[in-house]
Amino acid sequence: MAFDVGQRVRVAEREHAGHHRTPGYVKGKRGVVVRPHGAFRNPETRAYGGDGLPERRLYLVALEQDDLWPAYPGPPEDRLYVDVFEHWLVEDS
Amino acid sequence: MSHDHAHDHDEITTDGEPEAAARVRALVELLVAKEIVTREDVRRGVDWLVSRNPADGARLVARAWVDPDFKRRLLEDAREAALVLGLDPGPSPVVVALENTPGVHHVVVCTLCSCYPRALLGPPPDWYKSLPYRSRVVADPRGVLREFGLELGEGVEVRVVDSTADIRYLVVPARPEGTEALAEEELAALVTRDSMIGVTLAGTAPT
Repeated sequence: MAFDVGQRVRVAEREHAGHHRTPGYVKGKRGVVVRPHGAFRNPETRAYGGDGLPERRLYLVALEQDDLWPAYPGPPEDRLYVDVFEHWLVEDS
Repeated sequence: MSHDHAHDHDEITTDGEPEAAARVRALVELLVAKEIVTREDVRRGVDWLVSRNPADGARLVARAWVDPDFKRRLLEDAREAALVLGLDPGPSPVVVALENTPGVHHVVVCTLCSCYPRALLGPPPDWYKSLPYRSRVVADPRGVLREFGLELGEGVEVRVVDSTADIRYLVVPARPEGTEALAEEELAALVTRDSMIGVTLAGTAPT
């Protein structure tokens, strides 16, 4: 699924047995797409000798630090930017 | 596992060898035995890596400081900009440069492993790969930066960038004040490795 810059998204909150590149601390969190990177081979199958095809779109997503850490010791403007593949993102209304 | 067959090689032990080194050595043995890589490939890869150093990244930053058009190109496509200067941007298909300004400060981490723009900065420092840096900088970046000697005001937005996938990130530190008279080469000398990771600012002008 394709996302636009500025679009509100949520990182999927699901378990995934095996290699994947979505860090646990961002799962289930809300964010905003800030930069599309293009499409890349899927690390979840490449890690096991697969070809990683079809390629998946990769996005730089901005999350609010206050939302990630309940006792975040900084101002509310601080952000965490993280690269997330499209199949780990869902639209957030 | 027993090792009582008779053939000619040294026993593989980890006596006195760091665990990571033993693991890498075992991995290389296996990849060579399976003919996935040759020892020559491994040697060439290590040679390439240790031949890289932060001077290449510093050249990019210094050029961006003196040439606004080049800076725009660098921020749009750092891989392309590196090629313009005749630098090797490395195997990553996308390199992204992030500009630090008086109002926004980027700091880069790889929480899952140790992704790093090695082609432009050389091998990463040990602390970059350490669990304390990787786990703490995402949750308390200002505290970690303070330990590097960098105190950022409340008016600065701190952006921690977790490079979890194929992209490699390079921070373009802000040009220090009082450097208007410096030539590009002199400016490059102020651009440290740590300032391109984002844990410090660029150096100050020599007095």
